Amino acid sequence: MPPPLIELRSVARTYGTGEAEVRALAEVNLTINQGEFVAIMGPSGSGKSTAMNIIGCLDRPSAGKYLFQGVEVQDLDQDRRALLRRHCLGFVFQGFNLLARSSALENVELPLIYKGQPRAIREARARAALAKVGLQGRESADPSQLSGGQQQRVAIARALAGDPMLILADEPTGNLDSHRSHEIMQLLQQLNRDEGITIVMVTHEEDIAAYARRLLVFTDGKLTRDTAQPERR
Amino acid sequence: MLWETLRLAFTTIIRNKLRSFLTVLGVVIGVAAVIAMVTIGQGSSAQVSASVEALGTNVLIVRPGSRGFGPPGGGEAAPKFTLKDAEALRGLPQIGYLAPLNSGGQTVVYGNANAATQVYGSTADYLRVQNWPLLSGRNFAEGEETSGAAVCLIGATVQAKLFGNADPLGETIRVKSVACTVIGTLAGKGAGSFGQDQDDLVLMPIKTVQRRLEGNKDVTSMSIALRKTVASADGIKAVQDILRERRRIAIGQADNFSVTDMKEISSMLSGVNSVLTGLLSSVAAVSLLVGGIGIMNIMLVSVTERTREIGIRLAVGASAAQVLQQFLVEAVVLSLLGGIIGIGAGLGIAYAGLIYMAIPFAPSGSVVALAFGFSALVGVVFGYFPARRAAKLDPIEALRHQ
Repeated sequence: MPPPLIELRSVARTYGTGEAEVRALAEVNLTINQGEFVAIMGPSGSGKSTAMNIIGCLDRPSAGKYLFQGVEVQDLDQDRRALLRRHCLGFVFQGFNLLARSSALENVELPLIYKGQPRAIREARARAALAKVGLQGRESADPSQLSGGQQQRVAIARALAGDPMLILADEPTGNLDSHRSHEIMQLLQQLNRDEGITIVMVTHEEDIAAYARRLLVFTDGKLTRDTAQPERR
Repeated sequence: MLWETLRLAFTTIIRNKLRSFLTVLGVVIGVAAVIAMVTIGQGSSAQVSASVEALGTNVLIVRPGSRGFGPPGGGEAAPKFTLKDAEALRGLPQIGYLAPLNSGGQTVVYGNANAATQVYGSTADYLRVQNWPLLSGRNFAEGEETSGAAVCLIGATVQAKLFGNADPLGETIRVKSVACTVIGTLAGKGAGSFGQDQDDLVLMPIKTVQRRLEGNKDVTSMSIALRKTVASADGIKAVQDILRERRRIAIGQADNFSVTDMKEISSMLSGVNSVLTGLLSSVAAVSLLVGGIGIMNIMLVSVTERTREIGIRLAVGASAAQVLQQFLVEAVVLSLLGGIIGIGAGLGIAYAGLIYMAIPFAPSGSVVALAFGFSALVGVVFGYFPARRAAKLDPIEALRHQ
């Protein structure tokens, strides 16, 4: 049996030292397998974003172990974490985080540039990724010419272009109206189902979290609930 | 990857055209100043050497008074030479041509036009010593020299001032109170080693000048062209021996005249020239430094402005080194563009200046290459700090940045 995709063992994260020490995460044990669709909920300050940043290798745990595909990664330096992000992870953010004055195609090509892929291949893969999120024909549009929902689709295409095992979505529908939100969730669900991409998503909306098949709830830096749930359709 | 980075740098620079231009203006001015200074300096050095080379043989200038540049004499006025001294020297085997000179400033008039100029009294040999061709007409005849005839040769500047485009040959001009027939015109020589106008002169037989303009029998200086096979030291020695004897200077007593080798003056002028060029260039190099600081300043602003972009790039897998490279390449490209514009502007300024001074324009490839390399170096040195700041950004903080 292959090792789980993600395994957190007694992970803690503190900021500051001494009197000013703030504990964002404490004693988190968590295993996520390949192909899961996990939603993380919790009030603000509960540690859900910190957990997300650690899983996404943007941050490092202060204590405990983080195993990615069975390999300890908590002590990797900045460049090795960059490599891991480049080759295994894709990010989708609440604020879309697209490069403003670059076309949709250029935005999607971005991770492929850092993978060192030649231009022709980059362009073909970026086009394919844009088609997958339903944006064929809008390749040359700037983010300012796209609606919020379309911008988030470009961001998802960018995450997809790098061919990741895991997509980390931080409140992906936070800036969208409910109609667009459900479209985006259906897209993520479809990618999870058809492409087998593991998705970990932070949200604070119950109906958005309902798209996932597993729900994690964080309270005061601790994982307080971990339940499987029927997938919303 | 480097190609992508270059493309990205150009895109960013072109996107903010005005800002990019203002950013590199310091480098543009610095490089332009260095290039212009060095090119003009080298051009005029070459001109000094060329004008001495043009004399063909070693030319000596003999002046009364002790050695030195500037106004001759000093305390006690040394006696002038006479035409007899010139005759005695002319007999020396080392000497090819000798031209005695008696010169002074005069006003020359033709019709309504007049010009203040220098009148040189000399002989036909003056043009031979100077290796100076006639543009039209003829040199002095021997009879005109001995009789002190009222004839003259005029330089290109005087010709232009008095006659414009008209033909001056056979016309009569008035020099002070002397009516004098123009028998020839001199070819234009352009600016001299000090930038003076060498064509602003009227040449008359020395006896005419002595008798009718200056009212004396002096020879104020002599120009001597040594024979080609004679070493200048030997020539100088021979001239000194004759003159000491004729001027009755006792052994152990200092000369009361000077013999100057023009080649020596040329090398001294070149020396002064290169010192000046060096000084001006180092001032210009300081402005290049200031230009570098300008680039660093704007790159720091740019890093702050683009913090979010840097965060995105880090999130999708850019390494710190790749972010560093991006900003460093941008700074170097900016600086190099400034350098290229500066090289163009500097060569333009040098071209205009040299044409104005009638000196041939000969840009030096090594100086251009050096300026190019130096602007790249400025980009690297002043781009490194902002680029490192970009590379050290924390991706989480950068993504949160508004």
